[in-house]
Amino acid sequence: MRQKWFYMIPVALFIAATPFLMRGLQLNPTHIESPLVGKQASPFVLPNLQNPTATVSLQDMAGEYALLNVWATWCVGCRQEHDFLLQLARSGMPIYGLNWDDNRADALHWLETLGDPYVATAEDQVGNVAIDYGVFAAPETFLLAPDLTILVKWFGPLNTRIWEEEFLPAIEEHRNRG
Amino acid sequence: MIPEYGQLALVLAVCLALCQGVLPLAGSFAGRRDWMQMARPAAVGQFVFVAIAYAVLTAAFLQDDFSVLYVANNSNTALPIQYKFAAVWGGHEGSLLLWSLMLALWTLAVALRSQDQPLEFSSRVIGVLGIVSAGVLLFTVLTSNPFDRLLPAVIDGADLNPLLQDPAMVAHPPLLYIGYVGMAVPFAFAVAALLAGKLDRNWARWTRPWTVGAWFFLTAGIALGSWWAYYELGWGGWWFWDPVENASFMPWLMATALIHSLAVTERRGIFKSWTVLLAIAAFSLSLLGTFLVRSGVLISVHAFTSDPDRGLFILGLLALISGGSLVLYALRAPSLEAEGGFRLVSREAFLLANNLLLVIATALILFGTLYPLFHNSSGAGDLSVGEPFFNFVFLLPMLPLSFLLGLGMHAAWQKMDGGALWKNLRWIALLAVLLAVVYPLLAYGSTSLLTIIGVSAGIWVTLSSLIEPVSRMLDSRAVRLTRAQLGMFVAHLGVGLFIVGATVTSAFSIETDYAVRIGQQWQVAGYDIEFRDMRVVNGPNYTADEGEFEVRKDGEFVATLRPQKRLYRVRPDPMTEADIDDKLVRHMFIALGEPLGNGEWSVRVQYRPMINLIWYGCAVMMLGGLLAITDRRYRQRKTVKQGVDAPTGKPAQEGAH
Repeated sequence: MRQKWFYMIPVALFIAATPFLMRGLQLNPTHIESPLVGKQASPFVLPNLQNPTATVSLQDMAGEYALLNVWATWCVGCRQEHDFLLQLARSGMPIYGLNWDDNRADALHWLETLGDPYVATAEDQVGNVAIDYGVFAAPETFLLAPDLTILVKWFGPLNTRIWEEEFLPAIEEHRNRG
Repeated sequence: MIPEYGQLALVLAVCLALCQGVLPLAGSFAGRRDWMQMARPAAVGQFVFVAIAYAVLTAAFLQDDFSVLYVANNSNTALPIQYKFAAVWGGHEGSLLLWSLMLALWTLAVALRSQDQPLEFSSRVIGVLGIVSAGVLLFTVLTSNPFDRLLPAVIDGADLNPLLQDPAMVAHPPLLYIGYVGMAVPFAFAVAALLAGKLDRNWARWTRPWTVGAWFFLTAGIALGSWWAYYELGWGGWWFWDPVENASFMPWLMATALIHSLAVTERRGIFKSWTVLLAIAAFSLSLLGTFLVRSGVLISVHAFTSDPDRGLFILGLLALISGGSLVLYALRAPSLEAEGGFRLVSREAFLLANNLLLVIATALILFGTLYPLFHNSSGAGDLSVGEPFFNFVFLLPMLPLSFLLGLGMHAAWQKMDGGALWKNLRWIALLAVLLAVVYPLLAYGSTSLLTIIGVSAGIWVTLSSLIEPVSRMLDSRAVRLTRAQLGMFVAHLGVGLFIVGATVTSAFSIETDYAVRIGQQWQVAGYDIEFRDMRVVNGPNYTADEGEFEVRKDGEFVATLRPQKRLYRVRPDPMTEADIDDKLVRHMFIALGEPLGNGEWSVRVQYRPMINLIWYGCAVMMLGGLLAITDRRYRQRKTVKQGVDAPTGKPAQEGAH
């Protein structure tokens, strides 16, 4: 006959597993940490979409909290978040556009018909800057601190809820820290 | 007012579930027949009120009552009616209610079929089911009430998640839930046996059909989910080892092990404590599957948003049900005496090997699924264990399992001549290997060692399942197989077909992504594909881009495929509707990707040979299960004489030591 403790193994295993399940409850299942968060944004200088002789650079965004929004006319999610971006811009949030892998005529037409939420839009036809920022699909949005560190990298269309839950607390936290 | 009646019904159901959980159990220990006799009426009443609550919620969906928060979040006036029925379980609250309804249904069935069991035993079984019901219903009422009001009401609802607006998805959750919840029945039988401290062969005979029944629905649910993921997610894979898929697959593996272990317990009166442990584990994993994944403990695309309160309640419930039964197991299992031993070459030994391999597979998958949690707890950041890990750890136990399966089907109980067994089957084994070498080379022009091994295993199991039924059919003087025996062979035939399908699909699928514009032609796996047209199609609650592709082979027309990219109006996430040319030996799969600008579209074309065998295999397994349940000995009411007397409820004296 086997020892009595032998029959206690299952319950012991169960008890051993509970702390991990408890811990799991406190995790946010949709949170994907980008390695870029907390780092300095990589510098760029690109032609301005609306005025190709002028440029848009990372330095333009220094000195205040600002968004860098990666978009393209072929992207459904960008169309989806566009109204929210307009609303956000009206509320005073500076948003810079990075028009990615697109053609100029289409992009200009988009801004004319749908409205332009951007302080300025950089044109990244080659896609080099997008690579530096680890963009793997549009839309993606970066929240930059006044010192140009990346506070949030958001993948997918923005909306009010995400803005309130992910972006505002990040700004708050950054302010309090420094 | 009507939703409040639903609320009331739900509260009454909680009360009745508590009665059903407490009275009969207390009565069985106090020896009060009147208390024990409360079990059946309480179970019936609980079912009635849960059904009323469910009907009220359904009515709220059909009437577009957006003053109910849950309806407003999961429906829309434009939602087609069949999806309004499905939307009832489209969110967390409604799925819980569906879960409770299924449990009430199983309980009702158990209560109605328990006449041939001693009152003490059946009232314990129903009592345990009552405790589970009460826990889940309380959870629903306290943390996830589907009848919460939204005041003022919204004009229109937020619509059902477009991913779920699909025929397969309408049936998938209920089937899976019937399966999950069905595992509560063998669990309740196991706990009742532990409470009595006694378990005999009749116990196994009572438990078996319920287990096979739950397993049947679990199989159906998983197969349908896999089919849905295959054509709806648009990636063309049929299994992703996603935590949610694993959560349904682990109980299935345990249920499969349990079915086999029950066979030994019924026939030979051994493996008792092992069988009980499997029953507890299978239901615990079902609970983990339904709740923990949905509460957001495990990271998954399917997971609902997390809510720490709900999570804590769920853990509490899990601790009570699984933890409690495991403690009971530690106390009582030592008294479950085996009625003899077994030999190395016997059907018992093969079934033991089956059990060990299935448990190893489950344990490895569980480890892989929970690994991100362990990893997170150590503070090293997010990490997922990927497909290669799962493929490898699953294949490892499955190869020996399929080899032993082909032999074990023909092994005799108690004692047999291993040499003779092998002598009878070696030609089949040789034929299987031969076919496995030749068939891929002829059909697909290439092969690899892994392919040969996989296909051999599949054909070996297939042929081995066929010889006995076929040879008896051909020999008119032979004794007919019983339904249970036939079911066993048929289910294993399904396993064989599945293995062949899975191996060939993995080895010879061709997956391509092209950027193409209208008018372009290209070749995939010897088929000519032409992108003919692109148009906008309007559905009831979505707008879609629909492509038209013509598939030809050697200049002959094969099919016209019309995959869609849908944009649902209320929840504008783009959805992929692949289109498939479905032939027995292969699928041609076309899905639309993103528009790339300049009239170009990314298009995914996949050639998938033998993928149908995966789902046909599952269907054949299910047929086997159905045949087994309908065997004569489960329909007869009287207690079988062999074995020990029916459980009496007193702790077994002979087992105490």
